[in-house]
Amino acid sequence: MFRKKECVAMLLAGGQGSRLYALTEKTAKPAVTFGGKYRIIDFTLSNCVQSGVDTVGVLTQYQPLVLNEYIGTGLPWDLDRNYGGVTVLPPYQGKRGADWYKGTANAIYQNLQFIRRYDADYVLVLSGDHIYRMDYAKMLDAHKASGADCTIAVIDVPIEEASRFGIITTDAENKILKFTEKPKNPDSTKASMGIYIFSTQKLCAYLEEDAKDPASSNDFGKNIIPAMLAAGERMMAYPFSGYWKDVGTIDSLWEANMDILGAHPALMLSGNGWRVLSRHDNAPPQFIGEEAVVENSSVTEGCEILGTVQNSVLGENVRILKGAVVKDCVLMGNCVIREGAVVEYAILDEDVEICANARVGGPRDVKGNGIAVIGGGVRIDEGACVAPGAMISE
Amino acid sequence: MTAAGLIFSNIHDAAIPELTARRTMASIPFAGRYRLIDFALSNMVNSGITKIGVITHYNYQSLLDHIGNGKDWDLARRTGGIKLLPPFITAYDNAVARRVYQTRLEALMGVMDFINRCDEDVLVLSDCDVICNVDLNAVLEQHERSKADVTLITASVDTAEQDIDANAHVLRADAEGRLTDLAEYAGEQGKVEICSDIMLVRRTYLQHVVGEAVSRGYTSFYKDVLLRNLARDRIFLYHYTGFFARVNSLASYFRCSMRLLDPPARKELFYHRNQPIYTKVRNSAPTRYLEGASVKNSLIADGCVIEGTVENSILFRGVRIGKGTVVRNSILMQDTRTGDNVRLGCVIADKDVTIEEGRELCGHTTMPFYIGKGVRV
Repeated sequence: MFRKKECVAMLLAGGQGSRLYALTEKTAKPAVTFGGKYRIIDFTLSNCVQSGVDTVGVLTQYQPLVLNEYIGTGLPWDLDRNYGGVTVLPPYQGKRGADWYKGTANAIYQNLQFIRRYDADYVLVLSGDHIYRMDYAKMLDAHKASGADCTIAVIDVPIEEASRFGIITTDAENKILKFTEKPKNPDSTKASMGIYIFSTQKLCAYLEEDAKDPASSNDFGKNIIPAMLAAGERMMAYPFSGYWKDVGTIDSLWEANMDILGAHPALMLSGNGWRVLSRHDNAPPQFIGEEAVVENSSVTEGCEILGTVQNSVLGENVRILKGAVVKDCVLMGNCVIREGAVVEYAILDEDVEICANARVGGPRDVKGNGIAVIGGGVRIDEGACVAPGAMISE
Repeated sequence: MTAAGLIFSNIHDAAIPELTARRTMASIPFAGRYRLIDFALSNMVNSGITKIGVITHYNYQSLLDHIGNGKDWDLARRTGGIKLLPPFITAYDNAVARRVYQTRLEALMGVMDFINRCDEDVLVLSDCDVICNVDLNAVLEQHERSKADVTLITASVDTAEQDIDANAHVLRADAEGRLTDLAEYAGEQGKVEICSDIMLVRRTYLQHVVGEAVSRGYTSFYKDVLLRNLARDRIFLYHYTGFFARVNSLASYFRCSMRLLDPPARKELFYHRNQPIYTKVRNSAPTRYLEGASVKNSLIADGCVIEGTVENSILFRGVRIGKGTVVRNSILMQDTRTGDNVRLGCVIADKDVTIEEGRELCGHTTMPFYIGKGVRV
């Protein structure tokens, strides 16, 4: 039986995330652990479901194993549906040959079948590497009300950072006048959040046109949006004012993790009828020992803390043994910090073991100290020393 | 040998009237994020049992809510899976008797349809007032080897560590492990071998004895079925040695819970041979410890926000501890909130309790102070 879906989401999750270095050697960026018990993609998936978008195509390419396994049937997000739900869309072999996804636009182009299958009127294009909470239904309403062909979500950024983003200039009615990818001299502070709603017919037309152009880099920001603007299509900006962070770099990933701490966190993981849904282990409650100190930190199920934890975010089943100190750190799942080890200002990927009396990183308040990064499964030997800002992987 | 499970969710409810006033024994919250039925279910699921019937009697809304379709235990299945078996009331019989079942045996009579439809060789029967992590495959192996009709799982309980109540059965066996005597607990001291009320029963044997019991008007499974047939039937014991607790009063609930603060006990229960305990997922955010928080020797679930001091306590999901508040030797269930400068000692707060600023409440380990569900202090 066929049932139409008004809007389907296409979630771009194939990027390598090369600026996360060791953290994305074995997994795609959207599958990187965030906030202790989540993975980055949980935020977009939770947004979709809680905005009433129940048909999501997840476009994967780079190191998809962990991501595929994590998404599974979509059960944790209630996306295990009889019709619709979540579908993983990897590159495939077609009648006329096979191709990797050459760019964001090409990834969607190769999966137009998926969109047509649901006869969707609107296509919501998302990135799987942003941390934010947003009601896409409101954006879709705005898109429909304005009669736009394309609506782009924008957020105000400080002018000094604007040259890192795709910058959008609008008129007073939010109609987009100009779009510049990473401008040297930005004339606006409205940055594209990489969230687009297209009316399906227009999207198909432009994607097909773009596919014919061998010189194109098949990218939304570089090709599709400029082409639509040049052709005079009706394009609107949708201003968003909540928390939003691109966690594409080590520093921004660390900062976003720290944003969940405190009495009034910048990033609330639940509240007002919204929460981040995720798949996780069935671990017992965390245990805090007799001599433990835990301050200004986020700790989750399965953790066992016998040492000191300050200003840190801990993943599932992390063990901090007696006399160990963890400060200003992000520890992903199953890390073990043994007796007397000190870990400061660092990100530890999953399954890292820091042996007794080892030292990783250095104080955050010492000028010039960067974030030390230890890749998944690495073991730092007893008494060893890892310099501040160092990057270690298997 | 194949096995199906059968769980009694209401048996011994009367032992803890405080916690079962509005729920079943099976849905009593335990250890920060579990309910008692999770242990029975996980034991079965971890041993490869995927068809499980849950016998209910009354007060079972909270149980239905907890189990849902069973997906958190991997029991949402096309074949088998979890089946809730509410009281079987016919228009005629029960209207005359004016009651639903009272005993284990009568409960079994009520679910004969479920049992008759099973084609498994063995049924694993389990109550919910027992907390353990038992490898049922090992029991099943022994059951098969000894050609048993019934294998009762026993545990040795030291009366110095936990109380035994009159609902417990003391068992005696010969050198081969075959049951020779069975009696209600009558106050013996020291190490006592009691029945965990988890047992493996050959399906055809169960069908036969329940039929026999119906025709003779028997009511007690232990006295009328097992005790009468010690010589005729092959009834064996299996001695379980891991973490074992039997909840039989509010004080014992308190004591059993607090045993989990002991690392070896916790390891035995939760990390036994890759046999995790499953429960309903709530998707709470991780727990936030704020500046000034001080937590020692405590078991804390996710979703809590802690600003004060917590010692030797168990906090369930979504508990909030205000600034300057000191919580000692207490169990605070889901979504309990304390204001600032509250003092709690040996308190059991049921779900959704609110304790306002500056309140001081104190019980004793042998007589914990219980605050009912949703109460505002």
